[in-house]
Amino acid sequence: MSWRQEWKPLVIIVAVFLAAFYLPVGLPRFDGAVMEAFHLVKWYAREHVVLCLLPAFLIAGAIAVFVKKESVMKYLGARAPKPLAYGVASVSGSILAVCSCTVLPLFAGIYRMGAGLGPATAFLYSGPAINVLAIILTARVLGPELGIGRAVGAVAFSVVIGLLMHIIFRNEEFAKADAQATMPEPEVVRPLWQNGIYLALMVMILVFANWGKPGESHGFWATVYSAKWVITSVLAAGFGVLLTAWLGLRVARLLMVAAPVAALALAVPQHPILPFAAGIVGLGAVTSVRRDELGEWFDSSWGFAKQILPLLLLGVVVAGVLLGRPGHEGLIPSTWVIRAVGGNSVWSNLFASIAGAFMYFATLTEVPILQGLIGSGMGKGPALALLLAGPALSLPNMLVIRSIMGTKKTLVYIALVVVMATVSGMIFGAIVS
Amino acid sequence: MKIQILGTGCPKCKKLEENARAAVQALGAGFEVEKVSDINDIMSFGVMVTPALAVDGDVKSTGKVLSVEEIASLLK
Repeated sequence: MSWRQEWKPLVIIVAVFLAAFYLPVGLPRFDGAVMEAFHLVKWYAREHVVLCLLPAFLIAGAIAVFVKKESVMKYLGARAPKPLAYGVASVSGSILAVCSCTVLPLFAGIYRMGAGLGPATAFLYSGPAINVLAIILTARVLGPELGIGRAVGAVAFSVVIGLLMHIIFRNEEFAKADAQATMPEPEVVRPLWQNGIYLALMVMILVFANWGKPGESHGFWATVYSAKWVITSVLAAGFGVLLTAWLGLRVARLLMVAAPVAALALAVPQHPILPFAAGIVGLGAVTSVRRDELGEWFDSSWGFAKQILPLLLLGVVVAGVLLGRPGHEGLIPSTWVIRAVGGNSVWSNLFASIAGAFMYFATLTEVPILQGLIGSGMGKGPALALLLAGPALSLPNMLVIRSIMGTKKTLVYIALVVVMATVSGMIFGAIVS
Repeated sequence: MKIQILGTGCPKCKKLEENARAAVQALGAGFEVEKVSDINDIMSFGVMVTPALAVDGDVKSTGKVLSVEEIASLLK
């Protein structure tokens, strides 16, 4: 027996044994937390997957394929006018950063080869917060105010942070990389407005299919709510026409998708989720076999689904165990949450910002965790502060940022993010309440 | 010939590396596949949109997962 090699399995076995020996089964809080996790997973599966996540994956996939990154990047190049560069950097995350792993190379590129430190940090800050998937899920689960607050706050404050970074380090000379950014000329397949309408239709289908039930039974919102499936059907039909007219889907294929959808819609009008799911499955079936842009669209949507769904499931389970559903408790008592991040004080907002800055959130998992925190008594202001500081920073990505722009700039950037997130949280909290 | 795959380690970059290795296998000897994952090294190629593929130091494609056939045709 050589302990030099065998100590690791021994430690693992002892650790598992001790965990099993003291497993808190039977304690009401632990049992309740496990049940909460199951309830939360079921609630997500029922409420958010078919109508919200699946179309969101298709939209993210379409953005990745149909919007050419090169056409945006030319506004972030070395010769781009500065005000334009800040403006584009603060909003382009919605188009460029559909996947969190693309943010850092783009940031490094804008910093070294393009418009410089200011626009690069603006992009780094806003990118993760305004990617389409994040906004859609935030608005759907946490409510439209937080969704809009997240997008608007990220865009506005990214410009401020970028400008401050530029001013603080304006005297610092650094050798720009000799390498010229190689950006292939974008191949123009179809005019921009066609891509725009195509994407807009998808977003509208998503919005109307998820139209929430309003409080009152009369008025504009209620009228739209009662007609939401009619509107969604008309939009979906229009989308089908575009697919054949502009993207070369054959009419026979379109009818193969449309027929089961229409049949289900007429047969079970009380379950609109069924025709909706049939439409998405059909769309996937006819696009996945193609080798052109439609095939790429399916591939990239499928890529997002494959990458994000397991992380999100894990996030929901963890949030359920620790925090429970709104109105129920998980392992962490609500009083702790209220004490740390309740209300809208400076302390609550600062605490939420700092916690968010160091914590690592895998793509989209910030949403269920935040939902748990809000349900346990977190204020809306600190919630926004965490949303703004969280996905933009984490310990691992701080290390990468440091390797790109050095320790001093990284520390200033982190400080700016924490302060800005705290301030925006306080402003938002004051407006909402 | 030396084929370099530039990418920080996201799923798309791994897929591109896989495809490049498959293409090299099909073409036979004389090729070498290298993964470049340090972000500063990637920048020195002038690449901002990963994954990218370079042949003998020349960037041939950025931001795309090329198929095995596409990579093979680049190497001929």
